[in-house]
Amino acid sequence: MSTTIYVPGDAAALALGADAVAAAISEEAARRRIAIKLVRNGTRGMVWLEPLVEVAAPLGRIAYGPVSPADVPGLFDAGFVDGGLHALCLGTTDQIPWMARQQRLVCRRVGVVDPRSLADYVALGGGDGLRRARAMAPADIVRAVTESGLRGRGGAAFPAGIKWQTVLATPAAQKYIVCNADEGDSGTFSDRMLMEGDPFQLLEGMAIAGLAVGASQGYIYVRSEYPHAVAALNAALAVAEDYLGDFRIEVRVGAGSYVCGEETAMLESIEGKRGIVRAKPPLPAITGLFGKPTVINNVITFASVPDILAQGAAAYRDHGCGRSRGTLPFQLAGNIKYGGLVEIPFGLTLRELLYDFGGGSRSGRPLRAVQVGGPLGAYLPEAQFDTVLDYEAFAAIGAGLGHGGIVAIDDTVDLAKQARYAMKFCAIESCGKCTPCRIGSTRGVEVIDRIRAGNNQGVDQIELLQDLCDTMVHGSLCAMGSMTPIPVMSALRHFPEDFK
Amino acid sequence: MEKPTTIERIFAAHRDQPGALLPVLHEIQHLLGYIPPESVPLIAKELNLSRAEVHGVISYYAHFRQTPPGRHVVRVCCAEACQAGGGEALAEHARSRLEGSDVTLEPVYCLGLCACGPSVQGDETTLHAQVTPKKFDALVAALEAKP
Ligand SMILES: Cc1cc2nc3c(=O)[nH]c(=O)nc-3n(C[C@H](O)[C@H](O)[C@H](O)COP(=O)(O)O)c2cc1C
Ligand code: SF4
Repeated sequence: MSTTIYVPGDAAALALGADAVAAAISEEAARRRIAIKLVRNGTRGMVWLEPLVEVAAPLGRIAYGPVSPADVPGLFDAGFVDGGLHALCLGTTDQIPWMARQQRLVCRRVGVVDPRSLADYVALGGGDGLRRARAMAPADIVRAVTESGLRGRGGAAFPAGIKWQTVLATPAAQKYIVCNADEGDSGTFSDRMLMEGDPFQLLEGMAIAGLAVGASQGYIYVRSEYPHAVAALNAALAVAEDYLGDFRIEVRVGAGSYVCGEETAMLESIEGKRGIVRAKPPLPAITGLFGKPTVINNVITFASVPDILAQGAAAYRDHGCGRSRGTLPFQLAGNIKYGGLVEIPFGLTLRELLYDFGGGSRSGRPLRAVQVGGPLGAYLPEAQFDTVLDYEAFAAIGAGLGHGGIVAIDDTVDLAKQARYAMKFCAIESCGKCTPCRIGSTRGVEVIDRIRAGNNQGVDQIELLQDLCDTMVHGSLCAMGSMTPIPVMSALRHFPEDFK
Repeated sequence: MEKPTTIERIFAAHRDQPGALLPVLHEIQHLLGYIPPESVPLIAKELNLSRAEVHGVISYYAHFRQTPPGRHVVRVCCAEACQAGGGEALAEHARSRLEGSDVTLEPVYCLGLCACGPSVQGDETTLHAQVTPKKFDALVAALEAKP
């Protein structure tokens, strides 16, 4: 019998050299005439340990990492194929404290299964939710999602069940299910990890949504920066036809536009147009893709649904705190020692995430700021690290959790420069439909440049910046323009010394 | 002529697809490395769109090129998570290293490798994490040596 060895094929693992490690293991095994079965799994999310090689030992999966090709002969010498001891051995993967302290619901199969194997998926409970849903009335499926308390994970945290109910209640011969896999926020990669590591769960969640609202066609809009996720989804779709029944899914690839993550711009893009934001109303739930009622949800939102159906709404709602129910896969990114994906129920503090999981900065210098929730998210100072990780607590300090991305930054940072970047990013990515965003962002860059140069021009430039931000907040059609002031103003408020 | 046949095949494959323009443009760019301006009238005709619509879409999206790139393309992430790990210095180094090279440098805003930045993508297929200037030079040298 051959031993199964796992070497992740996830993009982050590949970027850290996983392919060369996989090749070295295959060659070394062949040379030693040891029979192995090599599986390219997703990543467990402990990015700092990638390439993380696992061996299926009788007592569980044993982890070794980070492994380089040069380590491979030594690993064989140490008998790692039988779980043998070696300097790189980390013990049982599930018992690595960083993993053991998490509560993985939506990411429970990511890094565990072979993402190309429907059999693996089914063996770990995949398909149960869809089977249940097929025996339920559409309204009951929607009720289960509503009762779970699941809120959209793409950023706006709108209750998923309410959106589905609107689509269900809108009669139409054709409706659509659209998955937002644009994941444009810097510091986020949970959608990517899930699509590459457990694609069937996303497909299942979309098929359940189709049953719930009466839609037979789905689209997944994936950013062009994610070719590996596109390949993983297409590979899964190629074997999932029977499994999905009458529901059809097509993968659409974006083209390097951040604002196409905004849901109406995304619909325009799928329709083959420029990604210009639509005015709301009408809501996409009523007049969406090709003018038809459309459910739009994030990858993690859809992927959370199968287990909610299979295990019941209460099992999901039991996690979390306040009005933030369930778990959120947080992503520890930037200048952080132990970066990766931490799925935990809402309720821990930012500090626990940054230090207990993240281990502080990678550079060894003090963390001075973190940006939470992507390029439209606030810069938070150390004094706010004790904020509880839930939607309401973050809203109360003028911040947001967004898609759960956390970018850690050490004390070499210049927050005025970061504020400039936020304006610059808005200027580059603005869809151009409204003036406060299109022109305001460019003016914003100029004002910040003057502040940084100490060039007053006889006017208080800080006041000018505040006014400009005010105009953007109140005069922009979508959150691109109305939220760009959040990173800018939070930087100014919490780090005024950088604006002198 | 060989190229038009391939392009004809692309159109045939997408003729009945709703909203086919982006998928068609992706395939053309995949084939040629860019979308030649002279192909706009053909695309417009085949997809029953106006030239202005086609041109508008090509120029709107950062991913689509209107001029041919160098023999290879490297994309350096310029977003916040990579900045926090030294991305800016890397981007600057990349600019000076690639001056005059036939490897094209493009900025990219996030590759989803935010826990192991700064990150770089080579030719849309190869990914590199924790890229230092030294590592960058090595990966560029490897690309330059490739046909
Ligand atoms: C500028 C901008 C970019 C956005 N980018 C994304 C994105 O990349 N992924 C995403 O799921 N939602 C994104 N959103 C939010 C979507 O508009 C929408 O709220 C979301 O897809 C709905 O799904 P959910 O309810 O499951 O979160 C973005 C919004 C704005 C304004
Ligand atoms: S705020 Fe900006 S991105 Fe949003 S619609 Fe207006 S111009 Fe477009």
